[in-house]
Amino acid sequence: MNAPVSTPGLLYEGADWDFSTLMRIHDACEEVAVRDLGLDFYPNRIEIISAEQMLDAYASTGLPLFYRHWSFGKQFAQHEALYRKGLRGLAYEIVINSDPCLSYVMEENTATLQALVIAHAAFGHNHFFKNNRIFREWTDAKGILDYLEFAKGYIAECEDRYGEIAVERVLDSAHALMNYGVHRHHRRTIDLRSEEQRVRERRAHDERMYNVLWSTLPERASHAIGADEVEKRRAMLQLPQENVLYFLEKSAPRLAAWQREVIRIVRNVAQYFHPQRQTKMMNEGCATYVHHRILNTLHREGQLSDGALLEALHSHTSVIMQPDFDDPRYSGINPYALGFAMMEDIERICREPTEEDRVWFPDFAGSGDPMPTLRYGWSEFRDESFILQFLSPHLMRKMKFFHLKDDAAQPVLRVDAMHDERGYRRLRRALAKQYDPAWMDPDIQVVDVDLAGDRRLILEHRVQDGRLLEEQEARQVLRHLASLWSYDVLLREIDPATGASLREHAVSPPR
Amino acid sequence: MQILDRRLNPSGRSLPNRQRFLRRAKSLVQEAVRDASAKRDIRSADEGGEVSIPLHGIREPSFHHGSGGSRDHVLPGNKEYREGDEIQRPPSGGGGGGSEGSPEGGGEDAFRFVLTREEFLSLFLDDLELPDLAKRRLVEGADPAWHRAGYSVAGTPSNLSLARTMRNSLSRRIALKRPKPEAVAALEAEIAALEGQPGSEEQVAKLKAELAIQLRRSQRIPWIDPIDVRYRRFEPVPRPVARAVMFCLMDVSGSMTEDMKDLAKRFYTLLYIFLQRRYKHVDIVFIRHTHEAAEVDEQTFFHSRETGGTLVSTALEEMRKVVADRYPPTDWNIYAAQASDGDNAAGDSQRTARLLIDEVLPACQYYAYIEVGRDGEHGMPGFPRGPTDLWRTYEQLVSAGAPMAMKKVRNRRDIFPVFRELFAKRGLLEEAKA
Repeated sequence: MNAPVSTPGLLYEGADWDFSTLMRIHDACEEVAVRDLGLDFYPNRIEIISAEQMLDAYASTGLPLFYRHWSFGKQFAQHEALYRKGLRGLAYEIVINSDPCLSYVMEENTATLQALVIAHAAFGHNHFFKNNRIFREWTDAKGILDYLEFAKGYIAECEDRYGEIAVERVLDSAHALMNYGVHRHHRRTIDLRSEEQRVRERRAHDERMYNVLWSTLPERASHAIGADEVEKRRAMLQLPQENVLYFLEKSAPRLAAWQREVIRIVRNVAQYFHPQRQTKMMNEGCATYVHHRILNTLHREGQLSDGALLEALHSHTSVIMQPDFDDPRYSGINPYALGFAMMEDIERICREPTEEDRVWFPDFAGSGDPMPTLRYGWSEFRDESFILQFLSPHLMRKMKFFHLKDDAAQPVLRVDAMHDERGYRRLRRALAKQYDPAWMDPDIQVVDVDLAGDRRLILEHRVQDGRLLEEQEARQVLRHLASLWSYDVLLREIDPATGASLREHAVSPPR
Repeated sequence: MQILDRRLNPSGRSLPNRQRFLRRAKSLVQEAVRDASAKRDIRSADEGGEVSIPLHGIREPSFHHGSGGSRDHVLPGNKEYREGDEIQRPPSGGGGGGSEGSPEGGGEDAFRFVLTREEFLSLFLDDLELPDLAKRRLVEGADPAWHRAGYSVAGTPSNLSLARTMRNSLSRRIALKRPKPEAVAALEAEIAALEGQPGSEEQVAKLKAELAIQLRRSQRIPWIDPIDVRYRRFEPVPRPVARAVMFCLMDVSGSMTEDMKDLAKRFYTLLYIFLQRRYKHVDIVFIRHTHEAAEVDEQTFFHSRETGGTLVSTALEEMRKVVADRYPPTDWNIYAAQASDGDNAAGDSQRTARLLIDEVLPACQYYAYIEVGRDGEHGMPGFPRGPTDLWRTYEQLVSAGAPMAMKKVRNRRDIFPVFRELFAKRGLLEEAKA
């Protein structure tokens, strides 16, 4: 049994905890989450793990079970070396978007950290996973653990059957293209049965309309491959295709069935992680805001001691620290900092708006309770659109944002916009763009295959703002692509405005 | 809500990934391991430890933007800038605030990680082998092998022999006439059939008495009695263990410089590691000599300086004595490595050669002679230095068919190739020759 709590009402005292403490903490957090914040989450599963297991989880991109690949071993070795030397601490928790929602918490955490982590992951992230539109549409929280289990087993079986090297080769190539293995837009799902029906109807129509007289007409002399033909070919191959792995899985001519399945596994995992990339800032902001609210509420209700709250606040403030751009510690905008600041700002606008806020956010300024607005934001937006919609002038001033234009053709950098009346909207647009995956990743698509000739695969990089690909690595990736396609591959970097080719990379498959 | 304790789950889940990674980066890691081992002292040279390999060999490529073009950065913490200000480009060319810098490994060109001892050694000694002459002897105290040896009446539950136990139980039950359940059932059925029929009372009473006896018997005679139980028995069998002793012979006269000793030490280190990998137990004997030889400890061997002439035969004589005293060649695998700058007193060559041929070589598994020299000493164009006295002496022996190997080492970087050449797998060597 756990030690009796001497002060009535407190969830725990001191740093030690046991399972019943965790249970109490969880139940108390749950009460606040439901009653005060109106959150809606998957049932929770909290797993206690050791530091080594945390390193393990790191290595396989946070997933509890994953197939085997050398790159995970590399990650593990790297993290381990840093951790052993004390250069880097470990995360307090990892949370998996699944149903039930899995949170891994470290055994070394103190009771307060466990409370923080439970409030943060088991309620904040969990609510976000369950409600955000992108997660709802693109990931299958119920199926993911089973799928990973399947993937692990399948790849192990392939290794037994075809050898580690052969499997590794496919995985290497697929990993190189992982960012191009996601569908960014919903496709018209082609239902095979209705497709067949349509073909039958079309043929019936042709038969009905058949007239023998037509066959007496003289044939056209030559039948050149016209634009029609090209269009038809592209339509049949579903081109242009931005999901390169999907295209390879479906259309690469010389892959064995197991290789296609391996590509499919990598693609599905990439798709599963895609929403996380798009919502990193909001997701962390949501979780940080939730743990902040829950812990403060618990403290106010006398369930958390002053010392515990201070300890939690200490962790909280170090997590949301945002160094200035000229600080040596600066490494980009801290998603926790911006996310939490935006959530707090929305709360402020709802509770005590200024005149400016009423002009900018007439919908919810002064609405009182921030939770409906926040819940709506968390469910319907991603980072980019969330910033466009909710970033207020007040926050831009507070963070002292400014927009720097770095044009390689110019000798100097130019400050394009800053946190003033003239700049707010431009600044906000520029910041939102920074969170847009379509802007961060080069836009590369499969555009054509020379089916009549040497089966060369043609890709296009639609160059934005003159940013060409890094050549060395692009060639390496193309080599991987060529080894999957088995024929030559050509990547054209084109200027989307004029269609002019800026640079070309041609790669042949390794023999 | 559920709480699960995963701490007790088996660890080492990422081991397969690690092995795959090491296989992948094998040549790089091997290089790093050899560099790392050069910096250590003889007995700790084989511990695992941190190695660092160049990052480019294990990079995972992906499409990303190169430099050039126009970029936008939104940065926090503006202090003095106004709209329209122009700022000099930072000299390193890194994008303004680095908001697009890759999160991992940005400027780091080496990948550091820790190898375990086993990994270290298997990479280090990959594709080397010992001359396959190991002698094995039964040694007291070495951990024995366990062999099955019949059955016993005592043992642990995991060693319970079910078949044997049940066989004993069955024979005991037959011998003591324990009724079978079917027999009891048949009796009961007979009683039930006869009961109530007129005129069979006597018969029924008899059957009932019989049944009572049978039931009592089946209660008294257990199905399994402790005396039936048998356990599988195992017996320790001493295992032959191969032991090795390594003799390090070195000339420490004034002509051997610290550099030369360092070279020799490196060679001994490699040999020690290699032997340890093959033999559970390896002794090292250090014998240094000037004009007289003595067995010393490692510190003295490498670091104290002696003056005097050079008589190689004294070292061989000392080695012979030690072998005779403590390491009978029938029980021990004897390896000897001699390092010298090649000087020997005139007139000692004959004696040295005779000692080697008659006494030392027959007792040894392997005898290697390393001649160390100063870097550049021999490389002077136009002034080739002739072979040294000792080299000439040994060369004659080798050409006469004596089982020994000899190599010259001038530089640190030669050590490893020379070592590999001496111990390369024979298959590989022959392939190379073919």
